Amino acid sequence: MIRSELIQKIADDNPHLYQRDVERIVNTIFDEITDAMSRGDRVELRGFGAFSVKKRDARVGRNPRTGESVPVEEKHVPFFKTGKLLRDRLNGK
Amino acid sequence: MGEKTLTRMDLSEAVFREVGLSRNESADLVESVLQHMSDALVRGEQVKISSFGTFSVRSKAARVGRNPKTGEEVPIQPRRVLTFRPSHLMKDRVADGNKS
Repeated sequence: MIRSELIQKIADDNPHLYQRDVERIVNTIFDEITDAMSRGDRVELRGFGAFSVKKRDARVGRNPRTGESVPVEEKHVPFFKTGKLLRDRLNGK
Repeated sequence: MGEKTLTRMDLSEAVFREVGLSRNESADLVESVLQHMSDALVRGEQVKISSFGTFSVRSKAARVGRNPKTGEEVPIQPRRVLTFRPSHLMKDRVADGNKS
């Protein structure tokens, strides 16, 4: 399923809404999650999962082609942990 | 850097502000989006949201695990797990926003 198919499903369920509003609704939800993480906040959606930010320490990396050492700066990466309900549903519980 | 935790309520509030719907209907729509995504994943489909990321379901084989406390061997059944791969855009935004 891709973004446009998700939008279509929501539009089908809600015939009283304009398609362009459904697009704005779906986009707002994903933008809000990304914005929260870019501020360092968590987004916890019980039953579905939680988005959080993890810190990766600075390290000495290596250029795989030349074998040369290169310093890699500390950085923050997005992380998702599946919620219990969804994890159980994936396994037919 | 933040450390706040947002919930469904914050997402519905954002939808409420963005589109002229009631708070109740905004909350129902947030729920409906999560429900459709979950249903697709349970069917084994990948959910690919451009410029956000991709959720995919992976099947794991059975293996023998060990209770770390007692050292006892326990069988782990084959199972399906969900993985999320953030898009490049999300990775960049999260990295830039949290720079110290």
